[in-house]
Amino acid sequence: MAFGKKIGLQGLRYQGGGPMLAWVLHRIGGLAMVIFVGMHIASSFLMQQLGSDLGTALNTFYESWQFQAVLYFFVIFHALNGLRIILLDLRPQFLKFQRESTWLQWIIFIPLYGLTVFIMIMNGLSAK
Amino acid sequence: MRTRTAPQRGFNLDYLMWLFTRLSGLGLFVLALIGAVGAMLLGAREQVDLPTLMRWTYFPNPNHVVNSSIPDVTLGWANAFWQIMMILVLFFGVTHGFNGLRMVIEDYLGQSVSQVLLRGVIFLLWLFFLVMGVFVILAS
Repeated sequence: MAFGKKIGLQGLRYQGGGPMLAWVLHRIGGLAMVIFVGMHIASSFLMQQLGSDLGTALNTFYESWQFQAVLYFFVIFHALNGLRIILLDLRPQFLKFQRESTWLQWIIFIPLYGLTVFIMIMNGLSAK
Repeated sequence: MRTRTAPQRGFNLDYLMWLFTRLSGLGLFVLALIGAVGAMLLGAREQVDLPTLMRWTYFPNPNHVVNSSIPDVTLGWANAFWQIMMILVLFFGVTHGFNGLRMVIEDYLGQSVSQVLLRGVIFLLWLFFLVMGVFVILAS
């Protein structure tokens, strides 16, 4: 913590830019997926073994396109960012292009996620 | 709140989990690809919409397509191959996830007495969800 200085909320003003945003999204998305997968395993167990209404309701919610649209943002972002981290770990001399690599990552992410979610929303709306 | 000390060099838990995180991440890419190709081979191109295909891609389990209009779910993929694939996805995913949880917690707590306790709790949670998931896979 900055060698003993008290920072508090000032820390939020750190101008990290693209790589920091990627780090934050990787972390938040990772934790969200741990919670989701854990609850999904538990609800599947309850639904399958006990026929529980809560488990079935949770799994139906997890299968809805609204939930999946949010989930796929985290999944696809986490996957692409993880791939970028692996590539930069293999070639550390490219770390000086870290800022550019996050831009490249968004250039891949936006059409991939946008097209998926566009199709999912069109399917979800027409299914009603 | 303390920052974590830099990990030791050499063959230890931090190094092993660093390597495992990378390898399991790549492994999940491969397993997702196997799931997508398998779905296509079993007729997903005509019978399955994109959300169902993606759920199958990540985890080919009959529980994932309950709400989808598929003629006979158990026909093509209630066999040992897909069960092994699912157990691999489950193992890689859950271990990757709970190791990530451990790293996030230890980033903020640093080396302290509670570290041992939290590692124990995370280990038990990891084992609990892994066993429960394998049970769901083998019972479906």
